[in-house]
Amino acid sequence: MISLGRIASNKTLIIRTLTIVLLLCSSSLKMFAASGGDGEFNPGEMIMHHVTDAHEWHLLDIGETAVTIPLPIILYSSSKGLEVFMSGKFHHGETSYQGYSMNAAGHVVAEDPNHEFYDLSITKNVAALILGAILMIVLFVSVARPYKKDPSAPPKGLQSWVEPLVLYVKNEIVKPNIGPKYERYLPYMLTLFFFIWLGNLLGLLPGAANLTGNIAVTMVLAAITLVMTLFSSNKHYWAHIFNPPGVPLLLKPIMIPIEILGIFTKPFSLMLRLFVAITAGHIVILSLIGLAFIFHSAWVGVGTSLVVLFINIIELLVATIQAYVFTLFSSMYIGMAVADGHH
Amino acid sequence: MDLITPGFGLIFWQTVIFLALVFVLSKYAWKPMLNAVKERESSIEESLAAAEKAKEEMSKLQSDNEKLLDEARLERDKIIKEALATANNIKDEAKTAASKISGKMIEDAKLAINNEKQAALTEMKNQVASLSLEIAERLLRQNLDDQPKQSQLVDQYLNDLNIN
Repeated sequence: MISLGRIASNKTLIIRTLTIVLLLCSSSLKMFAASGGDGEFNPGEMIMHHVTDAHEWHLLDIGETAVTIPLPIILYSSSKGLEVFMSGKFHHGETSYQGYSMNAAGHVVAEDPNHEFYDLSITKNVAALILGAILMIVLFVSVARPYKKDPSAPPKGLQSWVEPLVLYVKNEIVKPNIGPKYERYLPYMLTLFFFIWLGNLLGLLPGAANLTGNIAVTMVLAAITLVMTLFSSNKHYWAHIFNPPGVPLLLKPIMIPIEILGIFTKPFSLMLRLFVAITAGHIVILSLIGLAFIFHSAWVGVGTSLVVLFINIIELLVATIQAYVFTLFSSMYIGMAVADGHH
Repeated sequence: MDLITPGFGLIFWQTVIFLALVFVLSKYAWKPMLNAVKERESSIEESLAAAEKAKEEMSKLQSDNEKLLDEARLERDKIIKEALATANNIKDEAKTAASKISGKMIEDAKLAINNEKQAALTEMKNQVASLSLEIAERLLRQNLDDQPKQSQLVDQYLNDLNIN
């Protein structure tokens, strides 16, 4: 009886999952159909629209109507101060508002070319960032609560999912690469790992923002690693740069500039790697889906869907690997800066 | 171009929100979590060390017991040996003392016998002398009367002597 019940519940679970997947697929199909309905289907435009930032959250299209969530526009200029209004005021770039309008690329521009301002709007990515941050705080603070109550109790529930990951980051990534002073950097590394990982995973959901595949996001993360590296660097680190050991004197004029450049190429590679890996994955998936609309064939859609399913599974792997790699290399760079010199 | 030009607003929000996230999570999530894990690890380590120590103490106790037992055995052997030696000594001493005493007693007895013998001999000599003197005196007196009577007398005196 019990096993029968389990099979039955498994079946309902599978059916439910399939229903959800089908619903999501049909909604995205409608979305592409709509973009095709406007006239000529432009795959490049469709892909860029999906992987770049926007002032409104375009969820899906039902027939000819786009379901979008308008997001707040926040502008700051020395002459006009802080200005906050919803992006809906532009009516998708058709009208101007308070001397601002939206150009074809979806950027807010001032109508007066001499007016300088900063765009601090809550864009789609910022909204995704806030949602992700809230999710992380809710998840990890609630997981941490039982530890405060009874530190010696064995983990259960979500704890037993989070704790091995935290221990993995601590024991396999941070500790071996930073060395004995690793504990100072552990909170940053844990936040980094889970931010990138959950960001990557959330970015794979239909209708989600491409947060961790945005170069601004990866740039900030890489810059924080750079700043942490420089602030924790000791004299051995700088001695290694300005007096590379084991290098003949004649080569030093070449090696020293290379080493100095190396300080910046390391975080630069961090920035590019995450950005490229995630954005490329999104572009591949969107291109494959776009094939069905280029060929106007449902059969192509069936074929590419199978490939997209495969690519999606790979993307789940990439999401984890990129989080691992970013944390690993950040740990290694900081580890180099705090190393004791005799090696 | 949009793809590779970082937007100012996103840089700003990412910096602010990410740093806030690091702060909030390290204070309310990572710190309690890592402290608890550390505490758990150290308690496990401590209990393992305590178990190891108890084991060591156990084996030490056992070896101590063994040692004590060995010592006791040695002590017993020693005591027995000593007792045997003492007993032998006492026996030997008793023997020599007994033989000494008996020797002395024999010696004393011999001496006493000798003394008695000497005394008896002297007494005898004295008596023989006095008897001889007496006999000689009577003989001398009878001699003056007659011969048969003298020999008769000697016989008579000799008879008298027999009573001794």
